[in-house]
Amino acid sequence: MTNEKEFKVTAIKDGTVIDHVPSKQLFKVIEILGLENYANQITFGMNLESKKLGNKAIIKIADLFFEDDDINRIALIAPQAKLNIIRNYKVVEKRSVTIPEIITGIAKCVNPHCITNHQPVETRFLAQSSDNGLLLTCCYCEKTTDSQTLRIITKEES
Amino acid sequence: MMKSLISIHDFSKDEMLYVLQRAAEFEKNPSQSLLAGKVVGSIFFEPSTRTRLSFETAANRLGARVVGFSDVKNTSVSKGETLKDTIKMVANYVDLIVLRHPLEGSARYAAEVANVPVVNAGDGANQHPSQTLLDLYSIQKTQGRLDNIHITMVGDLKYGRTVHSLLQALSLFNARFKFIAPPELQMPAEYKTYLRGKGLAFEEHTDLIRNIGDADILYMTRVQQERFQDPIEYEKVKNSYSLKKSMLAKAKPTMKILHPLPRVNEIDAGVDDTPHAYYFEQARNGMFTRMAIIAYLLQGAR
Ligand SMILES: [Zn+2]
Repeated sequence: MTNEKEFKVTAIKDGTVIDHVPSKQLFKVIEILGLENYANQITFGMNLESKKLGNKAIIKIADLFFEDDDINRIALIAPQAKLNIIRNYKVVEKRSVTIPEIITGIAKCVNPHCITNHQPVETRFLAQSSDNGLLLTCCYCEKTTDSQTLRIITKEES
Repeated sequence: MMKSLISIHDFSKDEMLYVLQRAAEFEKNPSQSLLAGKVVGSIFFEPSTRTRLSFETAANRLGARVVGFSDVKNTSVSKGETLKDTIKMVANYVDLIVLRHPLEGSARYAAEVANVPVVNAGDGANQHPSQTLLDLYSIQKTQGRLDNIHITMVGDLKYGRTVHSLLQALSLFNARFKFIAPPELQMPAEYKTYLRGKGLAFEEHTDLIRNIGDADILYMTRVQQERFQDPIEYEKVKNSYSLKKSMLAKAKPTMKILHPLPRVNEIDAGVDDTPHAYYFEQARNGMFTRMAIIAYLLQGAR
């Protein structure tokens, strides 16, 4: 209890706090944002209590501010994530992530016969939300990848 | 980017109608040197003699010269060259590329890296838009219209890319569809959802003979053995979706049978001399349609 509370209040002076990340997606989010390549001070916690998600993760990055295009890359796996922009220990801005209409180079195409799975071609999808969640239609093979078949391209693959 | 023809969605309804009108002009006068001095690259990463001859003849009849290859043996591709590098190289030399490649999406990618128009002559199981346009041309020519056609599609409706593209194209013309397929090879749900979204009527049946009478067009497709896990199941299906002359007794006099060819045994040879058989003329129409496509992509609408 005290540990958790302490973590929550551990403040950063300037930077970004990414809140409401599903715990099981934490490491993917870190990977998609390429955080391992930064020298900034980064703290994260997972399996924290959340009314919205039941169980959430949080990432705090000192002295780093994201462009919308970069941060929206995590929308595929953490659509409810919230960004708190911190300046001088105060939250100066709150932002939600939005799924971009065109998704480039993050997801893999589900179709094993797709050119993107055989040659060095960056994937590109048209994103659409449906009753069954997010649908990604491949701009090349025209097949649709859904949230069940969604695979995020890892650093080693790209 | 240059205008290419990769998927049937790349052409609007007006563009499709324009291409059909040009095709009719080329049928009246099949040798027109509109493209004298132009060079067309015919790049076939897998053999497809029928499609290649049709495109190459179309280019020749327009007065263009043709270069290219008809399979990848003895080319740098067999040494592992990427599609991008091959396309970049060929695009340096030619004014238009006709591409056949086994990977799905390859044609769209080629159009992105080439600085000349690309015509997709088949990218795996994905698209083959010139086939769709020649099907439309054949329907228009035999029925005198494209609107409100009753079409019965038969055979492999699950994997058959030609029926999927034709369905999408005919949906612009208020067609009525009947799908006749064995349970293993039914029309995929996404296409039925697409038709419902457009408010278009369709029926699904497994029985062929009772669904011929109201058709303007009977569109037959090849049922391939490799689609079946059980060879006995294939034998059964093969016979029940094979069209015989005796089954045409109740057909409309104007009904025409189309088939993308080559056929195996979906259409009995006895059907060939009935007035309903149209698949050989359909293939001939392909050449005029491809002339119209190439001329349109290189010269635009006149
Ligand atoms: Zn794909």
